[in-house]
Amino acid sequence: MASACKASGVGTVSNIVQFENVGLRYGTGAETLSDLSFSLSRGAFYFLTGPSGAGKTSLLRLLYLAQRPSRGQIRMFGENLVAAPRDRLPVFRRRIGVVFQDFRLVQHLSAFDNVALPLRVAGTDEREIEAPVREMLAWVGLQDRADARPATLSGGEQQRVAIARAVIGRPDILVADEPTGNVDPDMAQRLLHLFDGLNRLGTTVVVATHDLHLLSRVGTAQMMRLDRGRLSDPTGALKYPPLSEDG
Amino acid sequence: MNNPLIASAADRRLLPEGRLAGPMPWVIAIMTFLTVLAAGAGLALGNAASGLGDQLAGKLTIQIVEANPDLRDSQTRTVLAVLARIGPVASAARVDEVRMRELLAPWLGKDGIDADLPVPSLIDVSLRSSDARSVEEVVSTVKAVAPSARVDAHAQWLGPLQGLLSTLRWLSVALVALMAATMAAAVVLAARTALVTHRATIDIMHLMGASDVQVARLFQRRAALDALFGSLLGWICGALVIFGLGGRMANVGAALLDTGGLGWKGWLVISLLPPAAVLLSILTARMTVVRALARML
Repeated sequence: MASACKASGVGTVSNIVQFENVGLRYGTGAETLSDLSFSLSRGAFYFLTGPSGAGKTSLLRLLYLAQRPSRGQIRMFGENLVAAPRDRLPVFRRRIGVVFQDFRLVQHLSAFDNVALPLRVAGTDEREIEAPVREMLAWVGLQDRADARPATLSGGEQQRVAIARAVIGRPDILVADEPTGNVDPDMAQRLLHLFDGLNRLGTTVVVATHDLHLLSRVGTAQMMRLDRGRLSDPTGALKYPPLSEDG
Repeated sequence: MNNPLIASAADRRLLPEGRLAGPMPWVIAIMTFLTVLAAGAGLALGNAASGLGDQLAGKLTIQIVEANPDLRDSQTRTVLAVLARIGPVASAARVDEVRMRELLAPWLGKDGIDADLPVPSLIDVSLRSSDARSVEEVVSTVKAVAPSARVDAHAQWLGPLQGLLSTLRWLSVALVALMAATMAAAVVLAARTALVTHRATIDIMHLMGASDVQVARLFQRRAALDALFGSLLGWICGALVIFGLGGRMANVGAALLDTGGLGWKGWLVISLLPPAAVLLSILTARMTVVRALARML
């Protein structure tokens, strides 16, 4: 795993994501992300850290294909997605699970329907949706809240619904933006175990977090640190950050 | 999420809004009502113009204008004789005195025609063909034996009326087209509003891998249902009005109005308006949504 997060270079078969000199600029302002070159290995676990405003969410947006870069190349699943036509993106998006910082649950849908949404988008037969969704809800401890609307759920429960929705389709990549930000330490620990379990099944996991205590709880995880839009440790040599890091 | 019109319960929940909740069905109902009326008027006017044309085509009236009654009778007989010999004429008959009295009664009164009043004799002519050459042949033949005779083609008298009916018919067609365009514009506005309302849901669906067509299906299904309700309601109201007007026209009993009914072909065309409205709404909603989504990543 030591080579999982490495400097830019020739991509290997095991690389599921490869960024080369990627820059992102919103409008005409300064670059939010600059010169990002790294690759993510298939089946690896990454923490993305950095101070507020460092560009973590922007980098995640590039990873879950909500944004195209202003420059540079992004290869995912063996394809150059910067040049990929728009109508090719849905196929790749179905292979990426996303946990948003603000959950982004569909407010008029029940927890069950929110979790089932990726399967329905993928065209899964309705008869094959019930069981896995119930199982996933049980996995995040919400089996009794299947019919509840997001507005009636606590922040932590919404977070878990969002996570269940992100992983229900067994994505190749799971991208999570501050997934433990709204849950108590015990639940954070459980969610991390959930991610770890998914990672063991082969999913590449990228978790953006300020919570430094999390970083030491996944033994195989590597860290990427963003600072003012630049990846300050592209080699991945820094496995655990110093506890004094700015939260 | 795959069928364009038959939505699963789950799909229907994705874009929640009760039927008839918005103005769209009612706008479409009003537009369809007006379209049915305009189309009905256009079809009726078309039938009237066509019927009038059939009535006028190949009909001539010859007036033998001669003050001397003996000479007038003589010329009339001669004209009838020569008309019977030329090819384009199907039939020629003198208008008898009783009929002449009836025709002149509104102007001269029942006893207005006496022996001293010189009244031209009239000959009704039907041609085998209504083309100009046939008319010209009749005119030249008649003028040769009765130089003072006047030949009037019926189409010449009522041609302007037929032209007016034709213009009104095209005006109806233009109105139908305008109302279809207005209906499409209303669907565009509704689709854009719905896109804004459901932007968050659409964004999420996109990020989960929904294609533009998948999202557009949700909107076009809503548009189809709105259009189905609205167009059926508008059609029923419009059809009732046409039935009512048809009854009143029948009571008038005018020959021109009698030719202006819709007929089964007309009703068939009118019946196609609701499905046409549904199709128009589906296509408009789809194009609007797909275009708007294309501006997103």
